[in-house]
Amino acid sequence: MSMTLDVSGTAQIPFTRLVSVELRKTADTRAGRWLLGAIVGITALFMIIFFLVADSEERIFGNFIGIASTPQGFLLPVLGILLVTSEWSQRTAMVTFALAPSRTKVIAAKTVAALILGVAAFAAAVLIAALATVLGGASEGFEGLTATVFVLFLALQLLTVLQGLAYGLILLNTPAAIVTFFVLPIASSIVFALVPFLSDVAPWFDLGTAQQPLFTSFGGEENLTGEHYAQLGTTALIWIVLPFMAGWARVMRAEVK
Amino acid sequence: MIQVEGLTRTYGGFTAVDDISFVAQPGRVTGFLGPNGAGKTTTMRVMVGLTPPSRGRVTIGGHVYHDIPNPGRHVGVLLDASAQHAGRSGREILTIGARTMGLPDARVDEMLALVSLSPEESKRRLRNYSLGMKQRLGIAHALLGDPSVLILDEPANGLDPAGIRWMRGLLKGYADRGGTVLLSSHLLHEVEMIADEMILIGRGKIVAQGDKKTLLDRGGAPSTLVTSLDNGALAAALQGKGIPLVAAGEGLKVEAPAVEVGRTALEAGIVLTDLRFGGAGLEELFLELTSDTQREGHIEGASA
Repeated sequence: MSMTLDVSGTAQIPFTRLVSVELRKTADTRAGRWLLGAIVGITALFMIIFFLVADSEERIFGNFIGIASTPQGFLLPVLGILLVTSEWSQRTAMVTFALAPSRTKVIAAKTVAALILGVAAFAAAVLIAALATVLGGASEGFEGLTATVFVLFLALQLLTVLQGLAYGLILLNTPAAIVTFFVLPIASSIVFALVPFLSDVAPWFDLGTAQQPLFTSFGGEENLTGEHYAQLGTTALIWIVLPFMAGWARVMRAEVK
Repeated sequence: MIQVEGLTRTYGGFTAVDDISFVAQPGRVTGFLGPNGAGKTTTMRVMVGLTPPSRGRVTIGGHVYHDIPNPGRHVGVLLDASAQHAGRSGREILTIGARTMGLPDARVDEMLALVSLSPEESKRRLRNYSLGMKQRLGIAHALLGDPSVLILDEPANGLDPAGIRWMRGLLKGYADRGGTVLLSSHLLHEVEMIADEMILIGRGKIVAQGDKKTLLDRGGAPSTLVTSLDNGALAAALQGKGIPLVAAGEGLKVEAPAVEVGRTALEAGIVLTDLRFGGAGLEELFLELTSDTQREGHIEGASA
């Protein structure tokens, strides 16, 4: 019966193990499986609808990817939000942080898990888009396709996932985070469009305005300029990076109930 | 060993835990007893790093919880059996714990068997569990990593009498093998049956601590409940000796040990129909010590 605990023989929990546990948590409830299924299913559905209504010459890879980005942009962040907020709404944070007291590691593991799922969704979208393009029979289906399109599409998806995580971390409440995620950018866009002196600087401050050229670039109609990239950077900083940092700080200080 | 040193936790102007210190020794079950809102849960949450202390600190086996690598392997924690995802099955909840700690999945089956949750029950979602089943699952979760220290908040809550007996045996055996057990309760008789040491807390302050005998010795003069064929005459005889008493139900409550009451009855030639120990039990002590901290003030049977 020793008064001290010998912990010298115990290894720290490896980060990869925390990531795999977080991935498991996204799919081990009925709600989680439905969400994952919905992301793949609705992406495919959007592409099928586009496939049926579009002329054969419009059935090019870039268009299919552009179509896929819409439902994924809606649903992937919800996945990120739930990964964080369900720990509070279901109160599992008490168990999670008791087993892994380093909150930084847990948040990082959740972030990596959400990004892995974002990459998986991207891969699924690329696969379905390629299949649709081949079946679509457009003569130049893969014409003008550059690595940039892939990278930008992936970056866009991952940024929205991070945005969801950020709002989840700040609010720690599922409905509030989901509503904020959907309403705030719309409200911002409206404000920046309506207020005259703001509309000029909108691309620098409004996320939706800054991301607009991205979507058009998927169709190959427009190439992004250096200014576009800079605007994507500033809006990502304001809407995604800073909220993420604030949310991280909040969880570090929060009393886990 | 769990060591709490000068722990204080305030919320704005409210002091939930007020400068408390105590030690939970290995090889013993330490009961942490107090009315609702006394600060038990806050203290336990500070122990495992979920709540930062305002002052003071807690160490477990010499370490601050945050510094224990893979803490589930050393410290088993059950703070709230309902704080699990309602949509996960019992088995999945244990599997997540086992995976986090790096344990084989076979450990999950062992723990389910230990707490008598059947394979069918383990596949049900938590929202379909009774409180008793949740407590069993929570205890299984706390024991997963084969820890040497157990911190359990109200573990008997929701268990049926057979379940409470089972848990008592489990925790006794665990302490006998050298483990440290700290369990909280607002029910005295629960703790009285299980704990070797008791820490009584009321309104954030420790009001008494020690083993059962030490605490009883603090309780002052014992009283006796007595019923006889002639209570009036018995009362007169006792008062003649200067022993204080009050009417209690069909008999008398006498501020003297049973032997003194029996002797008085014998001398007066009064037939006794009932004679028993009437308090200064831990319950009296508990209510007395926490009476100024109870919400209701002193109420008979308030701990029931």
